[in-house]
Amino acid sequence: MTDLDAIPAFRNGVVGDSEVGVSGLSSALAGGSGVKSASEVVAIILLAVVIVGSVQIALTVLNVPQYVFPKPSEIAIALVKDFPLIAPHLFYTLVELASGFAIGAASGLVLAAIITQFPFVEKVITPYILILVTTPMLALVPLLILRFGFGYTPRVIAVALASGPMVMINAATGFRRVDRGKIALAHSYGASTLQVFWKVRAPMALPMIFVGLMVGSIFGLLTAVGAEMVGGGFGLGNRLTSYSSMIQMPQFFAVVLILSTLGILIYVLFFLLAKRFASWEA
Amino acid sequence: MFAAARSGPKLQILSAAKVYNTRSGDLVAIDRCSFDIGAEEIVSIVGPSGCGKTTLLWSMSGLHPLTAGEVLLDGRPVRGPHPEIGMVFQDANLLPWRNVDANIRFPFEIKGTKPDRAWIDELLTRVGLDGFGERFPRELSGGMQQRAALVRALSFKPSVLLMDEPFGALDSFTREEMNHLVEEIWMSAPTTIVLITHSIEEAIFLSDRIVVMSPRPGRVASIHTVPFPRPRSIQIMATKDVFDLLNRIKLEIVGDRQRQGKSAEKAKALAVEP
Repeated sequence: MTDLDAIPAFRNGVVGDSEVGVSGLSSALAGGSGVKSASEVVAIILLAVVIVGSVQIALTVLNVPQYVFPKPSEIAIALVKDFPLIAPHLFYTLVELASGFAIGAASGLVLAAIITQFPFVEKVITPYILILVTTPMLALVPLLILRFGFGYTPRVIAVALASGPMVMINAATGFRRVDRGKIALAHSYGASTLQVFWKVRAPMALPMIFVGLMVGSIFGLLTAVGAEMVGGGFGLGNRLTSYSSMIQMPQFFAVVLILSTLGILIYVLFFLLAKRFASWEA
Repeated sequence: MFAAARSGPKLQILSAAKVYNTRSGDLVAIDRCSFDIGAEEIVSIVGPSGCGKTTLLWSMSGLHPLTAGEVLLDGRPVRGPHPEIGMVFQDANLLPWRNVDANIRFPFEIKGTKPDRAWIDELLTRVGLDGFGERFPRELSGGMQQRAALVRALSFKPSVLLMDEPFGALDSFTREEMNHLVEEIWMSAPTTIVLITHSIEEAIFLSDRIVVMSPRPGRVASIHTVPFPRPRSIQIMATKDVFDLLNRIKLEIVGDRQRQGKSAEKAKALAVEP
């Protein structure tokens, strides 16, 4: 609204970070092109087989003790055999992640949408959001545990604090990408501020919002596992500390494997969502 | 044009002025511009770049408030976006996340009115975009995008069409094609058209009158009547009369620029001296 009365010669370019759109999402997070050909997929799987195979052979030949590094075959057996024991912890971690991320992402999105309407407020608030983004929220977990005990609460808060600012700062970048021409177009039909927001600003911000959700959820996962390692008797992070203290290395690596699978699944989920709803820019 | 004589001007620009407050002080973009535009008349505004043409057009659309003066539409002042005014922007300005159909639906969604499907289909056919409704802007050429934008602007039957250098980004062949298309649509469904352009040929081809503006602060330097009959063929456009008019307008604009260049040099020389 406010920038409509600026000198029109500058109106057509996208103001803001136009180059960090879904192109950013697909290059930075999808490793170049998102789509992979059959031969590329075969090569990727083949590489995994080669790496796992040579690690197995090397560990066997060099006779490396299990407590230093378990063989891939031992990890696989542990994963299958102990999965029923690990599954409840996976569930706890997922609950923490989902609820913390939902709270963080929702407030991040709402906050981004509001503050970008007021450039002054945005300029004042942004440094503080940056502090939230750059401070590892894990540092707060001991404090949160002191206050809220060893249950879900401190972890959910930590996840929300880790993912929220990430979602917010990316969404704000999206909302800031004001194409004055498109806003003027809406105004020329008599659009209200709310209509401009829902029909122009929000769809334009969508690609950046997906980037924020993706990065935010990964940050949330890191924080959830980290918080579980700090204290409390459940969750995948707790399994990591407990298995390593009992030198149950195959189980330890099985949990690591589950965590990386979880991370990849989250990434793929948001990648597919972005492809479905914000592909117009890629 | 005859309608204009009968019912008074469609648009009146009354000593319009616009001052921008920039960091380096006030910038007078346009200064006391006055002229009338008749109903169903096509008027082009030409002038050196930075002379405030776009500012003037945006003021007519109600998107830009004027610092002083007024724009009247049918005798009533335009103070904001007006339902009878359609706009075509510099680039096609289609919404990239909407396909052609959804882009054409956009004004109706904002206005909360029902689109006239028959009229829109007729427009789409006329611009050669029937069957392209499902396409997204990135799947269309520049010319096709601008055609879709033209359909969108005409879809709600505005009585005034404001075009802001609509074909500036197109190659010269596509541009000529678009000019013919605008003339054709205008001849079968006349509206008042105000066109901003850098191309004097385009202005002559399309306009009933051409308003030449002076360099900043933009004022109306002269108004030329274009007397050639319609539809204007390539043959007419190649006559000496057209050529003479073109040169007259060009000299007016370039002459201004040369004068401005000299004064700029003088200012530079003065600045170096101390």
